[in-house]
Amino acid sequence: MNRAIEQLTKVDASGLAARDDLEHANAQARMDNLSFSLAAGDNPASFTQKYTDVKSEKDALIKIAHGTTTLAFKFKGGVIVAVDSRATMGSVISSQTVKKVIEINPHLLGTIAGGAADCCFWERVLSMQCRLYELRNKKRISVAAASKMLVNLVLRYKGMGLSMGTMIIGYDKNGPGLFYVDSEGQRLENNLFSVGSGSTFAYGVLDAHYKYDMEPEEAIELARRAIYHATHRDAFSGGFVRMYWMKEDGWVTMPLEDVGELYYKYNPEIQLTNASESPITVTSV
Amino acid sequence: MDAQFAIVGRDFAISVTDTGVSRSIVKMKHNQDKSWQLTPYTIMTVTGEPGDIEMFSEYIQSNIKLYSVRNAQDLTPKEIANFIRGELAEALRSRNAFSVNLLVTGFDKVTGEASLYRIDYLASMAKVPFGSHATPSFILYSVLDREYTPDITLEQGLEIVKKCIAALKTRFVVDMPEFTVKVVDAQGTRSIDIVQV
Repeated sequence: MNRAIEQLTKVDASGLAARDDLEHANAQARMDNLSFSLAAGDNPASFTQKYTDVKSEKDALIKIAHGTTTLAFKFKGGVIVAVDSRATMGSVISSQTVKKVIEINPHLLGTIAGGAADCCFWERVLSMQCRLYELRNKKRISVAAASKMLVNLVLRYKGMGLSMGTMIIGYDKNGPGLFYVDSEGQRLENNLFSVGSGSTFAYGVLDAHYKYDMEPEEAIELARRAIYHATHRDAFSGGFVRMYWMKEDGWVTMPLEDVGELYYKYNPEIQLTNASESPITVTSV
Repeated sequence: MDAQFAIVGRDFAISVTDTGVSRSIVKMKHNQDKSWQLTPYTIMTVTGEPGDIEMFSEYIQSNIKLYSVRNAQDLTPKEIANFIRGELAEALRSRNAFSVNLLVTGFDKVTGEASLYRIDYLASMAKVPFGSHATPSFILYSVLDREYTPDITLEQGLEIVKKCIAALKTRFVVDMPEFTVKVVDAQGTRSIDIVQV
């Protein structure tokens, strides 16, 4: 496709103004020539597959940590992004204070689900590419183009054990943007997504109460409740509700909320025995 | 699980796809258009492996657009189908084969004829009066065999489409609430809002 686009832009660049952003993104990913060295041998993909365990089925040398709830939805005031903060390694909770939202730039956010290392690395790369795009073109990259760059990056390693399910959230000249990108190479645009092992529980709450015309307070409460209910039922999700609100002039963060404390807030009839003496608090996150 | 099928009359073709996108047990999206406009008179519907669909379809779409721009003339459905088959066949024996099933429907302005080409992921191509792919085809083919005649009108064609959708809804284990229905004929391509049965 790259070859075709290269020739297309040569032949007639003016007629394709609408897809300008995407084509630039494609061209630049090519120019930066960003690549990993692959396993030596005939078929690096099948070689890597033997040693990577994406679905936690078999004994493999490289185990990929799973278990997350992330969600994002558009509403009239922008986009709300909410995630949990638990990291698990098998049956062990390795951290309760993980940051599963990556701040790509002041107008773009990415969420992490699946392999944390893969998500962090590739969204870091994406962040670099977005910055380079800004410097080269003197304008911000669109959400569509940014997500397309990410999908083009991961497509090169399709079938080699990459594991990521991410959402790219932003605000550009077309308004709020929300894309889902995964390591299979799928890229979808929609008003509402949830990714991770707790996503089914989050969808249950979201689908029942989601309306585009929500007030910001309603939207924030919906996202909070969806994550809360997901952490309640999904053993691999928990910790804190971390929330971002993507507005026209960039994202803002919302205060962290302990899902343990939310439990008592949503169930006032249940009293925490020594709540007054030792409330659950975080010192550093 | 995606469903796609298409029917050809004398001077029109109807192509139908479901609109769901699922990953694992979750439906990620309910309103995805799985058809790709190649020229004003040709569309292709694509199902198969998630990443491959976009990659292959965009490659095909761009190259057909490139041909139109360079030559100030669009390829005919027959030429497009053969081009797609060639690209798929070439990729098949390489490290990056595409797992995509396609239905190419189009209207040839010169001959005034509509046509449908069924191409599967192994790059076998057949010009057929009606076609379908994968598991839904087990249900759809008998309906199409029973109802189809070569001289159907557009209205009769749309009735067959309704019967096919009804068959999927009653017998197929996967729920498909919505479908995209597109008609290609001498006027070009248009979407039809079919009254769901």
